[in-house]
Amino acid sequence: MALGKEISEKLREAVDRDLSFMHICGTHEAAISRAGLRSVLPPGLKIVMGPGCPVCITPQGEIDAALDLVERGCIVATYGDLLRVPGSRGSLESSGGDVRVVQGVHKAVEIARSTNKEVAFISVGFETTAPTVAATLLTRPPENFSILSCHRLVPPAMKWLLEQGEAKLHGFLLPGHVCTVVGYQDYEQFPVPQVVAGFEPEDILLGLLMLVEQVKSGEAKVENAYPRAVTREGNVRARQLMYEVFAPVDAEWRGFPVIPRSGLQLKSGFEEYDAQKKFDIPIRHVEKHSACICDRVLRGIAEPTDCRLFGKVCNPRTPVGPCMVSHEGACRIWHMFRVRQK
Amino acid sequence: MCIAVPAEVVEIKEGNVGVVDYGDLKQEVRLDLVDVKVGEFVLVHVGFAIQKLSREEGLETREIFRQVYAAMQESE
Ligand code: SF4
Repeated sequence: MALGKEISEKLREAVDRDLSFMHICGTHEAAISRAGLRSVLPPGLKIVMGPGCPVCITPQGEIDAALDLVERGCIVATYGDLLRVPGSRGSLESSGGDVRVVQGVHKAVEIARSTNKEVAFISVGFETTAPTVAATLLTRPPENFSILSCHRLVPPAMKWLLEQGEAKLHGFLLPGHVCTVVGYQDYEQFPVPQVVAGFEPEDILLGLLMLVEQVKSGEAKVENAYPRAVTREGNVRARQLMYEVFAPVDAEWRGFPVIPRSGLQLKSGFEEYDAQKKFDIPIRHVEKHSACICDRVLRGIAEPTDCRLFGKVCNPRTPVGPCMVSHEGACRIWHMFRVRQK
Repeated sequence: MCIAVPAEVVEIKEGNVGVVDYGDLKQEVRLDLVDVKVGEFVLVHVGFAIQKLSREEGLETREIFRQVYAAMQESE
């Protein structure tokens, strides 16, 4: 990575103060950890992972709602990463119900077509995922199909983080592939430096260098270091479909309070597919009672290794918190690359 | 689950379904969100093509994504 070396040298010259940037993407975290990029960054320059893992930020109350659906006798379909996330009484995996892992929402609809039983899809994911669900609901699945909408929108959480200020962020590295779909116009509202970056080590270093240069010149704009794939508008059709089916709603995130207009609920016309309404399932707020610090990891104010359970009681075999369950969780990613480095 | 992988469209079937090639694996995906032709590259996420990519971008990123994800999926 000759180019990478050049960029890291430039970075070293450029960084003359403490700077902290946040990325919000499990793939960025994996790329950073895999290449050991943190070890080549100049002292003072810090990159932290924020709430970029949709499974991790799904609050316990929604996991409990999924367990309620199992108890009502539904076939519950969802992504593999969600299976072992602990709710208040066990996980979907340990629930003993008919829980099925699917690749995507369309496979859950196929299950519904093949049975008379109720099929509920636990629908997590950010702006990249919600359009797939919208497109599927627009094809009018059978009436024994419904979804528990756990979708979240990323910009409202960034807004919260900036207003709240505890993570002392100087800017954001925006996720390349999320932006290929959503574009970056929604991010232009934030008065901080932001750079859309790709996933090669060089892409990430370049993104960081551009962020540092913006801070130093007192600028705050969205720059695109990944123009090969990303345009300002993103996939317009995907966004349109998403808002045809869903409307923003206030929603709690794990580790965060209720964030205004950060969730997605089904619009009228699609309510028959709303598992929460269909089965009258409440979503409760659950106070946490464990030493797990996922909440602080997700807000960017703690690192996985700050957790005293990390790698001991909590490991990928016996995960205590969602950040160790999901392949995109910071704890899981850190654990994996540490083990591999040994 | 949030991962997205570049792949080449190798076949288009009825009902918004296509077959894509990840380089070492072919798979059926939904094409509801994009207009594509055979030979074009797309980004695939949860079984759906979610955006078109240029051919260079597709080829260039396919390898790095494969490496990153292989590492991420490596189990406990
Ligand atoms: S190491 Fe485990 S217990 Fe600690 S914050 Fe991460 S997921 Fe939670």
